[in-house]
Amino acid sequence: MSGPASPADYPLLLWPAAASSAAAHVDYLISAFTAVTLLLTVPIFLAITWFALVYRANRKVYRGNPTDRNVMVEMSWMLIPFFLTLGFFAWGAQLFDVSKHPPGNAMVIQGIGRQWMWKFQHPGGQSEINDLHVPTGQPVVINMISQDVIHSLYLPAFRVQTETLPGRYTQVWFTADRPGAYRLYCSEYCGTDHSVMDGEIFVMKPGDYENWLNQAGSTQSLAANGKRLFASYGCTGCHGAAATVRAPSLAGLYEKPVPMADGGTVIADDTYLRDKILNPDHDLIAGYKQVMPSFNGIIPEEQLIQLIAYIKSDQEPVR
Amino acid sequence: MSPLDTVLRDPDTPRITLDRPADYLHAQHTLRSWFFTTDHKRIALLYLASITGFFILGACAAGLVRLSLVVPNGQIFSNDTYNKLFTMHGVIMIWFFLIPSIPATFGNFLIPLMIGAKDLAFPRLNLLSWYVFMLGSLFTIVVLIVGGVDTGWTFYAPFSTTYSNTYVIPALVGVIIVGFSSILTGLNFVVTIHKMRCPGMTWFRMPIFVWTHYAVSLIFLLGTPVITLALMLLVMERAFHIGVFDPRLGGDPVLFEHLFWFYSHPAVYIMVLPGMGVVTELVAAFSQKRVFGYKFVAYASIGLASITFLVWGHHMFVNGQSQLASTVFSFLSFAVAVPSAVKVYNWTATIHKGTIRLDTPMLYAMGYIGLFVLGGVTGLFLATLAVDAHLHDTYFVVAHFHYIMVGGTMLAFLGGLHYWWPKFTGRMYPEAWGRVGAFLIFIGFNVTFFPQFILGYLGMPRRYHSYPPEFQLLNVLSSAGSTILAVGYFFPLGYLIWSLWFGKKAPANPWQAKGLEWTTSSPPPAHNFLRTPVVDYQPYDYANKTRDNG
Repeated sequence: MSGPASPADYPLLLWPAAASSAAAHVDYLISAFTAVTLLLTVPIFLAITWFALVYRANRKVYRGNPTDRNVMVEMSWMLIPFFLTLGFFAWGAQLFDVSKHPPGNAMVIQGIGRQWMWKFQHPGGQSEINDLHVPTGQPVVINMISQDVIHSLYLPAFRVQTETLPGRYTQVWFTADRPGAYRLYCSEYCGTDHSVMDGEIFVMKPGDYENWLNQAGSTQSLAANGKRLFASYGCTGCHGAAATVRAPSLAGLYEKPVPMADGGTVIADDTYLRDKILNPDHDLIAGYKQVMPSFNGIIPEEQLIQLIAYIKSDQEPVR
Repeated sequence: MSPLDTVLRDPDTPRITLDRPADYLHAQHTLRSWFFTTDHKRIALLYLASITGFFILGACAAGLVRLSLVVPNGQIFSNDTYNKLFTMHGVIMIWFFLIPSIPATFGNFLIPLMIGAKDLAFPRLNLLSWYVFMLGSLFTIVVLIVGGVDTGWTFYAPFSTTYSNTYVIPALVGVIIVGFSSILTGLNFVVTIHKMRCPGMTWFRMPIFVWTHYAVSLIFLLGTPVITLALMLLVMERAFHIGVFDPRLGGDPVLFEHLFWFYSHPAVYIMVLPGMGVVTELVAAFSQKRVFGYKFVAYASIGLASITFLVWGHHMFVNGQSQLASTVFSFLSFAVAVPSAVKVYNWTATIHKGTIRLDTPMLYAMGYIGLFVLGGVTGLFLATLAVDAHLHDTYFVVAHFHYIMVGGTMLAFLGGLHYWWPKFTGRMYPEAWGRVGAFLIFIGFNVTFFPQFILGYLGMPRRYHSYPPEFQLLNVLSSAGSTILAVGYFFPLGYLIWSLWFGKKAPANPWQAKGLEWTTSSPPPAHNFLRTPVVDYQPYDYANKTRDNG
């Protein structure tokens, strides 16, 4: 490993390491906001202290013409700080907007949270527990789901976190630019061993990352695994390439609009596909009779991810 | 103006003491006369004694949490014990101390006195509120101590409904029961303030303390039913698996977060608004000056109570809530800072050109303003979307809300307690001890909680039993501060009890303060005033020296 050996080497930290340019932006925002709030609040502290000393009861000072209202003054100290701080609202919203929209070329790593560990799977099928290896310079999306309670994947070096919910996929993304080892945590309280549901995120140069992937080894990619499962759960019987009668073909379906029986359309994203596998009775689609059995409690979370990876990879156009 | 009216309004005119009826403390002596009293003042003292006991319990749990965090590997307590301890601290402090603290004690005691009424509108309902409160809180506290609960005070599903192996249902039942006490108290205050004001006490002659309690009562009435509903659903989900919150049963865990914070964010203002009311009274009395921008401050109280219902989503920026919703909630959270800022600037302007005495209550008030400002601006940081994505669920949040709740509400509570202690008990507290205690609490508080801002920014998540070694130094500092804070709390606990027997007898108005509560004796007679007061002057009438003896 290049870079600092471990964050534990530092006896006292006062500023957290930043491993992405987005993290540096958040730091600028925080520093600027701190400066403005100091500008707004320090005068109050000084004024209170000053008045309390100058106007003490036993001092003979000029107390003439005290005012007890002044609409102009009140409006100005209400509105000026408000508009000043609104700038930071906008700045924060803009950075947040970026953090919600990963670039199209991002690499997707699948994450599963469960009491009390993280499991990450790389596109090639390599998996790791609690630790995560990522390359520099490459946008990385972590697509997460929880197997039990609410967790939250927190990566302080990138200044991001997102809750990991049961029953629904959520994403967090970053582009690492500084190799090193940084901490990752579960930040949403999840029970007995919440505080050991943590690990390290290793940011590596692309070459090192390739080496690591090769060492970690994997028999099959997620999509290849998913293809195997697609056959073994009998999905091919109805959803196979030639299927048109009982069920729609799933080729090219991913992220496309699906017409619903009741009129509207739904985008076939990860959460939709997962929900259709587990609860086929939900959101009936137009043109097909609902005959699919439910796989709720039959297909575990990890295999659902592999199945969806397969559907995603199967990009032949719909006939 | 007849001479009799002058006597009634003027606190310092000597009265014929022989004719004076026994004060409310000495009117009756039996235990029965306390536990079946309908006198709002006695009920306030019942609340004061109960919540002080609960505060001590909650503080002990906090002390054990801080003790555990002195070492990074969590070897002092087991992980489950630690989780139960911070849950106990949170549940007791939020539900059984902070929410009832100022309204149920000072509000109960002072609202009728401040508006010139004999009692609250529904005295027996008031007593019922206390019994309901005690039933729920004692039940939950027994559950917390004997069995233990490990969900945190927030009870997030599906952990609380499906995965926790602790006594979640009984703990929830107690909290639900206590909610009814809040509703009854809120109802009582609203009706009292509408219907029981004495002749001449118009809305804009009411002290700000009464305004803030009116605002709080509205939150009690409108917010509490929502948390009651949410917690009842939680109980039913855990008991009967009805499928509201657990996705495996077809529910949605995020729905619980919405319902929970719809009440629990306004609940922050249940804690904060009464403290603002107290501090406004203290600042005016110890500056001997009318509150600057009285109407703005009054409206700001109602404004806060209204906007606070529209910001709950800022607790949920990182849970997959839609980006549009998060942006709107972020904006509204910036807006809620406006009425808060109004109050702070107006207090500062009130002190300007005042005649200031730095007695203990004023020290607490000034400490309050400082800490509340710090708590408030760090709240703005957390309301900023991209910043919250980093600081959410870290120690930064813990530090932020302790600055608001301890630095804010607790200091206001202590300041108010010293200020009205002569009125409650007829005794003065020892001033020198009071000032030392106030300094210790202020310093201890800052040493405890300021390092937590840094810990949070460094990325230490909250509710962690063990933590990475690089955070140890700041944690040890924080725990050291908590011992100073604990010593500070022992000061008022000791000398206030001492003063009940040995304190100097208090005059009717030891602070030369304005306000009807100071026009009656200390302690007041059972029915508050010998004759119904008549008000023909503005609130905080300090400029009018003609009604002073001095």
